[in-house]
Amino acid sequence: MSPSLGWSGLGCLRGGRILFEGLDGRLGPGEALLVRGPNGVGKSSLLRILAGLLRPAAGSVTRDGGVALADERSALDPRLPLAGALGYWAHLDGRGADAVADALAAMDLGHIGAVPVRMLSTGQRKRATLARLIAGGQPLWLLDEPGNGLDDASLDRLAAVIEGHRASGGIVVVATHQPLGLGPAAELVLA
Amino acid sequence: MILIRIMLRDLAAGWRGGGVLPLAFFLLVATLFPFAIGPDTQLLGRAGGGVMWMAALLAALLPVDRLVEPDLAAGTLDQYAARGISDEGVAAAKIAAHWLGFGPPLMLAALPAAALLRLDGPTLALTEAGLALGTPALAALAVTVSALTAGLRGGGALAGLMMLPLAVPLLIFGAGAAQPTALRLLAATSLIMLAGAPFAAGAALRATRD
Repeated sequence: MSPSLGWSGLGCLRGGRILFEGLDGRLGPGEALLVRGPNGVGKSSLLRILAGLLRPAAGSVTRDGGVALADERSALDPRLPLAGALGYWAHLDGRGADAVADALAAMDLGHIGAVPVRMLSTGQRKRATLARLIAGGQPLWLLDEPGNGLDDASLDRLAAVIEGHRASGGIVVVATHQPLGLGPAAELVLA
Repeated sequence: MILIRIMLRDLAAGWRGGGVLPLAFFLLVATLFPFAIGPDTQLLGRAGGGVMWMAALLAALLPVDRLVEPDLAAGTLDQYAARGISDEGVAAAKIAAHWLGFGPPLMLAALPAAALLRLDGPTLALTEAGLALGTPALAALAVTVSALTAGLRGGGALAGLMMLPLAVPLLIFGAGAAQPTALRLLAATSLIMLAGAPFAAGAALRATRD
């Protein structure tokens, strides 16, 4: 079954304020959506609604395929070595140690797999969060500001990883305020 | 299977994050008590069972700010939810992990504590039976109040205030284990708390996402 992500009539109410309403959309295999807009317009809330973490005030979301969310929190145990912390999530997703090794290599973290997560720099932690997504192997990726804190080489790697995921039939939704150099993608501007 | 993995992770994280402290605390209370009330063997023997229960209650309460809060702050709970793992399941795994981390070790530590408090053989056996029945409910209460107070400022202290009154039935039936029916009532109380806690804690975990 090919993955898909659709939403219709989506509305979000936060703190008594309507952030957005009446959003419709649908993404099929290989498609991507860039969510743009100034701070506080509900980009993160939209992603959390799409991930099923937040109940929308109106509308509904249909997901075909597993969801992987990467936000500003790595969800990696700070006391574990990086490879071990990633391995926990990979195992929960039914993937083996080779998936972790591949993901570490894809984000150029292979040399620090034995370093405890708490010793990582901001950028390295961000890359580790993305490595968690890669290792998980879920088709639907929801990325919240994935480029924050990344250097130029890592930004290129991020774009390559996203394009690779799309090429293999995955779906990507990215909330970002910086250009990531992706291929053709739909754009949603929240205001 | 997934819940067992979550449980094992929490168990390991609990031990790394100071799992020996509740045990040391338990033994310390048992050591200090005779100093406080004097070396009267009869008095110690009569009060000993209750003291063990007070110490067990406080030991269960010690890690209450580390049971849920770190997972909430790190986004781990969101990751479970995004994978479609039920909040009740996560809560049940956390209860099992917390109990395994402090219940059985506490029952072992009760042996030297019984010697310090001059408990005789039958009283020790009753106390151990009571701890076996009651500590799972203490774990269930601790995880539930942790989930309720996760993300709040001063959540740890608030969790203590919330948990101690709820533990009163366990304390009464546990410390009164010498009465023949007390253990049965303890088992019944423990069962109700264990059965309800995953749902209460699960609802609390769900509420943290709003």
